[in-house]
Amino acid sequence: MNDPNVIEPGGVEASADGPGDPGRRSDTVSPRSAVAEQITEFGRIPVGNVRCEDPFIIAENVNAYYGDIHAIRNVTLEIAKSEVIALIGPSGCGKTTFIRCLNRMNDSVEHARVTGRITLDGQDIYERGLDPVVLRARIGMVFQKPNPFPKSVYDNVAYGPRIHGLAADRAELDDIVHGSLERAGLLKEVKDRLDEPGTELSGGQQQRLCIARTIAVNPEVILMDEPCSALDPIATARIEDLIDELAEDYAIVIVTHSMQQAARVSRRVAYFHLGMLVEVDETDRIFTNPQHKLTEDYITGRIG
Amino acid sequence: MSSVDRQQRSRTARRRVRASLARRRRRERLFRAAGLLATAAGLAFLGMFFASLIAKGASAFVQTHVLLDVETPVAALIDPVDPVGQADPIDLIDPVDPDALVNDSLRELFPLVTSRNDRRQLARLLSIDAGESVRRALVAAGAEAGTRLSIWVPAAATVDMLSKGQLDPDVEERLRPLSDVQIAWVAQLKGEGRLKKRFNSALFTNGDSREPELAGIRGALMGSFYMLLVTMALAFPIGVAAAVYLEEFAPRNRWSAPFGRLIEVNINNLAAVPSIVFGLLGLAVFIDWLALPRSAPLVGGLVLSLLTLPVIIIASRAAIQSVSPSIREAALALGASRMQMVFHHILPQALPGVLTGTIIGMSRALGETAPLLMIGMVAFIVDIPGGFTDPATALPVQIYLWADTPEPAFAERTSAAILVLLGFLLVMNLAAVVIRQRMENKV
Amino acid sequence: MQDTTLLLSLTVLALAGFYAGRGRALALVGGPARGRRLHSLPGYYGMFLAMWCLLPPLTLLLAWSLFEGRVITLMLIEGLPDAQRSMSAGELNLLVNNIQNLAVGDAVSVEIDAVLREASSRYRLLQAESRRLLTVLCLGLATLGAVSAWRRIRPEFRARNRVESTVEFFLLLASSIAVLTTIGIVMSVLFEALRFFQQVSIVDFLFGLNWSPQTAIREDQVGSSGSFGIVPLLTGTLLITVIAMLVAVPVGLMSAIYLAEYSSQKVRAAAKPMLEILAGIPTVVYGFFAALTVAPWVRDAGEAIGLDVASESALAAGLVMGIMIIPLVSSLSDDAIKAVPGDMREGALALGATRSEAMTGVILPAALPGIVGGTLLALSRAIGETMIVVMAAGLAANLTANPFEAVTTVTVQIVTLLVGDQEFDSAKTLAAFALGLVLFVVTMTLNVVGLNFVRRYREQYE
Repeated sequence: MNDPNVIEPGGVEASADGPGDPGRRSDTVSPRSAVAEQITEFGRIPVGNVRCEDPFIIAENVNAYYGDIHAIRNVTLEIAKSEVIALIGPSGCGKTTFIRCLNRMNDSVEHARVTGRITLDGQDIYERGLDPVVLRARIGMVFQKPNPFPKSVYDNVAYGPRIHGLAADRAELDDIVHGSLERAGLLKEVKDRLDEPGTELSGGQQQRLCIARTIAVNPEVILMDEPCSALDPIATARIEDLIDELAEDYAIVIVTHSMQQAARVSRRVAYFHLGMLVEVDETDRIFTNPQHKLTEDYITGRIG
Repeated sequence: MSSVDRQQRSRTARRRVRASLARRRRRERLFRAAGLLATAAGLAFLGMFFASLIAKGASAFVQTHVLLDVETPVAALIDPVDPVGQADPIDLIDPVDPDALVNDSLRELFPLVTSRNDRRQLARLLSIDAGESVRRALVAAGAEAGTRLSIWVPAAATVDMLSKGQLDPDVEERLRPLSDVQIAWVAQLKGEGRLKKRFNSALFTNGDSREPELAGIRGALMGSFYMLLVTMALAFPIGVAAAVYLEEFAPRNRWSAPFGRLIEVNINNLAAVPSIVFGLLGLAVFIDWLALPRSAPLVGGLVLSLLTLPVIIIASRAAIQSVSPSIREAALALGASRMQMVFHHILPQALPGVLTGTIIGMSRALGETAPLLMIGMVAFIVDIPGGFTDPATALPVQIYLWADTPEPAFAERTSAAILVLLGFLLVMNLAAVVIRQRMENKV
Repeated sequence: MQDTTLLLSLTVLALAGFYAGRGRALALVGGPARGRRLHSLPGYYGMFLAMWCLLPPLTLLLAWSLFEGRVITLMLIEGLPDAQRSMSAGELNLLVNNIQNLAVGDAVSVEIDAVLREASSRYRLLQAESRRLLTVLCLGLATLGAVSAWRRIRPEFRARNRVESTVEFFLLLASSIAVLTTIGIVMSVLFEALRFFQQVSIVDFLFGLNWSPQTAIREDQVGSSGSFGIVPLLTGTLLITVIAMLVAVPVGLMSAIYLAEYSSQKVRAAAKPMLEILAGIPTVVYGFFAALTVAPWVRDAGEAIGLDVASESALAAGLVMGIMIIPLVSSLSDDAIKAVPGDMREGALALGATRSEAMTGVILPAALPGIVGGTLLALSRAIGETMIVVMAAGLAANLTANPFEAVTTVTVQIVTLLVGDQEFDSAKTLAAFALGLVLFVVTMTLNVVGLNFVRRYREQYE
């Protein structure tokens, strides 16, 4: 068994009865153990390289449980300061759960439990006394379905700055709102409609509004949970362009079902399968030359 | 925007977020505490409510009785009308005034009390019904002449209150209903073991009375029973039939859609119309126009039917809606007519929901008071109603009447009547819960 | 008893009709083995016959019972000597009452004279005659119906469709009762109110500042203007309702928020049904509690801080009414909060909002229409609530906004005016219906607007 505080560079060994810190784990019998064996028959996972240069977020041996369900198994992953990393994998593989661990959105889910260690810029985000409010101001999140508040476009973007007290006066707030909308490529379209409800925009505009709302708080990381799955191809293309632009300033973790999208926007790709991180690598490498059989199966369309 | 610039802004943002934290955490705590307080206040009220009712009402289930020794009168045996003793014993004892027997017994117990005034005061310690209890006890015992019987007779309400601690003997004499000497007599009786609290059966066997120790809820219970019978017989079939029609047969084309909306709005609105307005309807239509008798459970039941009908219709419609459409389609595909589909397949499936709604409607009807006041069910009625047109009152109305009585001894009886009413409601609601759970388990 | 016998014989007839109808249908095609040649199942032919045998006499029976009393009374009055017939309506009413009481052997309030005796025996005769006629007509109708139905039975006769359309008609009838009830309410309240407005001007009623209906008891003052001003009743109702809403809305809303957002599942599962118990307690019980526990407590508390509090203060009634409405506000707010999609809340939390900020900044504004609709329904309930105010509020119509004084409400006055014997012509009785009209219009408006809010709000997120 591995010492949870010392991570081997090559990754950790996943075994059927679960590795990691035995003191922190409660369920040792898992209905998925047979599948887990299948995953690990290849040998040690994850293959590829979970490490990166200048890591900003470090997740070590993260396990997540919803009641009796073991949703994330011993995931270790580093994310750099300004990179786009795509999380791919079949439905229910734990990608979404994993990014919800990063901004502690699982806190408000009853019976959800997270073990392991996640640091942001060297600080443990599950540390006692750390307010998730501060964390979430630094790590923004964009959801699968556009979820603008039933308020005006302006108030949607101004909501975050207002609650955090980011603007000293109205002029500064106007600046933030306009800047964020500009950054999200939405300003031109909604300049004259700032007082109209955000819910009346088109789907793609709504999602860009949500991105504008997120960057108005000045986060350092943006988590995106399948941000284009509810959008048409044209709106998707616009969001993908936007992600490209944002990548200059933010670390972006994007969960996606679409391998094309992962190939287009991300520098690195992490493949999840049944709650385990199977393979992490440069995007080019993983799509041209996957190391793990499961990754290959998924990429070639054998697992859907 | 340069990367340095962005980092700068990000740092500023972080600083401002931190600066706002203390205030926001305080507000969060306050908000949460307010929510907790509100919930606790609601629950605390509920607790206080039941605690005070039980504290006040529990004592009404017992009644202070006094033990009298009564000698069976010889007079009873030499009744000239029936020398061979064929007649009912009640007739035999009638020639003897049972009140006189009570007085004799009291004289025996208190030989030193001789003055006329004192003797009257002494007699007031017992309920005016004491003679009647003695007579009943003699009849029940078979009354052989000359035997001595010990009989528990109900004490007067004032004595009852004194022995239950509801009457402060330290108050100035002229301000309390019992004089010093009467209190002394009560103490003497108690010392001799002749004063005891026994189960207050009168509460459940008697009708209303002006005397607290004789007042019971039997009449009101029977009134409520007859009323609910009428309500059940009318509101249940009509409500279910209406729900079936609205869900399964009402035409749903463009022309009738506004009409359907109107019925929908009408039923929802009817469920929220103040109950007293239904009373006005009952008064104008049933009493004035149709000349049905006042104070009758029949009219009360009619009014309550109209009142509970919307509740039952709404619940039944919801239950019918929740039956899976596949059952509908399967039945129709087998060639069943719509009517057969409804009566053979949908209604049996919807029945638990329909019953739950009906029970909830009935429990609302049981607790309803205001409309009954309008149709004259507030009269002081001693007799226990024996049918649908006898003058009657209802349990909640009885509570209202007793609560309005200035006599302090009625306060505990009111609480007791409320406990009985709440007991019935509890049973009905538990039944509804059980049915609902069974239904959920089945699905 | 006679009714029971009649009903029983009709039932027997219908049963016989059922078997006769079924038997005839089967006989027409030549026995049960060839029953498939019938259009419908044999039972439907039986039901068809039984229906015709039962429904016409039952309809007659119902109509007869509804109108028998009135018709007999009219005939009785017709037959009275002229001296009695020219009496005033009230006296005549009393006389008829006495005649009826004498006929059934009850106590009579006047000396029994020849007229009375003669009339009462005639009354008994009329009643007996009526019953006999009814029995004959019912049985005749039943036979007639059965025979005509019998003659219509043919193998190709569509018995099932006939039976089903009849059942459907009855279902329609049942569902129209709800509409008829509303019409009945409007009619009865409106007609009596209009009669009232013939005696008292509607302007005086709506804008008068003085309410003292008792003066109208004196014959010479019937309809005297100025004593039926509804304004103090409206202000009294408003005062108590406002106090109730001040209790119910914050407590109900905050407890709904707490149970939806903060409490654990276990607490929620226990606390919600317990709060709902409050909604199931009959209002008369609240009234008892208000009058005997809360009112003295409010008075003592007021005196302790040097306030002069009436023993039937608006505050006590309002407080208890507020408690009664808590579960209504709470459950409707809960519905409204639950209807807001969860991703709104997630969106706010992901931006770093605290739970209270997400609640007050995003969820509550989104749920506002539902909460407003629920509050309007609660308001309507408070305005129409009767027993609490009857038992705990006063009778004197004070025009005041002071919650420590006694005020009276519309519902209290309706009860006060109508409890006891009523003369249907006096302004005093009719005033109750005018109040009822006001109450019905106000609460119906609130209900319709409130329900509309709630419905439109639900549709928005569906």
